[in-house]
Amino acid sequence: MSASSTKEIVQKEITLNMGPQHPATHGVLRLVLDLQGETVVGCDARPGYLHRGIEKWMESRTYHQIIPMTDRLEYITCMNNNLGYVVAVEKLANIEVPERAQFIRTLMAELTRLSGHLVWLGTHALDIGAMTVCMYTLREREFILDLTEMVTGARQTVSYVRIGGVRNDIPRDFFDKCREFTEIFPKRLEEYDTLIRENRIWLQRTVGIGVFSAADAVNYGLTGGTLRGSGVNYDLRKVEPYAAYDKVDFDVPLGKNGDVYDRYIVRINEMRQSVRIIKQCLDMMPSGPVVTPDPRYAIPEKMNVMKSMESLAHQFVLMSKWVPMPKGEVYVATEAPKGELGFYIVSDGSGRPYRIKIRAPSYVHVSALAKMVTGHMVADVISCIGTIDIVLGEVDR
Amino acid sequence: MDPLQIAKMVEEKFAGQVLDTTTYAGQVSIMVKKDLIRDICLYLKDDPSLKMDHLADLTAVDYSTYPGDTGLRFEVVYNLISIEYRHRIRLKVRVPEEDPRVDTVSSIWQTANWHERETFDLMGIKFDGHPDLRRILLPEDWEGHPLRKEYPLKGY
Repeated sequence: MSASSTKEIVQKEITLNMGPQHPATHGVLRLVLDLQGETVVGCDARPGYLHRGIEKWMESRTYHQIIPMTDRLEYITCMNNNLGYVVAVEKLANIEVPERAQFIRTLMAELTRLSGHLVWLGTHALDIGAMTVCMYTLREREFILDLTEMVTGARQTVSYVRIGGVRNDIPRDFFDKCREFTEIFPKRLEEYDTLIRENRIWLQRTVGIGVFSAADAVNYGLTGGTLRGSGVNYDLRKVEPYAAYDKVDFDVPLGKNGDVYDRYIVRINEMRQSVRIIKQCLDMMPSGPVVTPDPRYAIPEKMNVMKSMESLAHQFVLMSKWVPMPKGEVYVATEAPKGELGFYIVSDGSGRPYRIKIRAPSYVHVSALAKMVTGHMVADVISCIGTIDIVLGEVDR
Repeated sequence: MDPLQIAKMVEEKFAGQVLDTTTYAGQVSIMVKKDLIRDICLYLKDDPSLKMDHLADLTAVDYSTYPGDTGLRFEVVYNLISIEYRHRIRLKVRVPEEDPRVDTVSSIWQTANWHERETFDLMGIKFDGHPDLRRILLPEDWEGHPLRKEYPLKGY
């Protein structure tokens, strides 16, 4: 017998670098994992690979020019970012928005929420090993992107919401197409749900993983579906209604155990509620203008700009330096698909913001990842990243 | 609860600590001295009639080029909401340019940990007692704090 076989087996921790290029980190997130065998005993998330200094950049742009920049935060659901920012500016300057614009905003925001949740569902399932779901969800997302294109002319980075309203009215044939979508989609959603809801592998990979108690979830600042999976009823569409959310009926789905599986159930149910909201918006859509009548903030119609000198001058002023905004500061949060998207805007009375802080839900969620994965296996890290539903454009800003 | 009433309660509980209470667009901000910020936060979180359990956001603003502002240079801002009562309040603390430091609140709200790291990274505010105050978005060897007003927008 050789001497080496009698030696004691020494167990020691190893450090594993995961990312920034890793398909399951949903972007350029880097995790430094401390492993004891297969078990994670420590996790240090290192974001920042996509940091573009958007907040600094915004300080040198007018309030209007910032709208396209918000598209680049959470680039899967741009409409909700546009909306969150614009709602904050409207609160700052006390701008009234016509009712039709409010309903269009609600309708488009919910369509976009669906598209964001579909990407989440597809990639989350793909990470865990259920490849089929992704093929189907992306098919439905394609439908939503077509609808978005009909209204905004763009599929992803839409820049559609304007301060005081929306850029243009929705085309007439959109209504039929959208109704067709609300007919088809719920049935398809049932199909996806059947594919994985009671799937044994899915259950083993998600039940009891990444558990957050309600108190912990609040303490860690989790919001959106990630928080509601722990049973905390906090949805900003209900708490501080914006757009037309106070005029439509919907429920806030809640989980119980706060694990990956419950968060899955919550988001699936959220999609059902979104379809409900979309249907109501289509039924209740009021007529009228889609931008505020306040001439200070309303961008003149292109047709008039071509014909009248006054409109041309008006457009020139708005596009080049915007109008003086009142001095003050506001923090306004909206319910983006990922969670609480907050904009803290400090105005010094000029046409450019003095400081903007973006409270990105994904950033906060990544900070909770360490607690979520500690004690689980390496493979569970993948399901935890999927369940907090992050987009790195928003984490790094 | 009406946010102005919360401001009043803080003023009564911590006599002499509240410097100013302002309201803009229905949102109430309380400016406090930086010495007892942890105690004030703990009170806001634990008082059964307040329960400000959700620290929605923590950030800092550089007021050095703000027209008409004569106060200390940096302002650390805490946006709080109570999930149960749904009332909001904003706490503000001014810190001087020479020694921009304030006590951490990361032991009160875990979420403050990364918010404070970001504020340190981009604005250069130091949080005393923070468990892990490293740069987070910028590389470790980066020089300067980009969100300060004198930091150039172009040139790197």
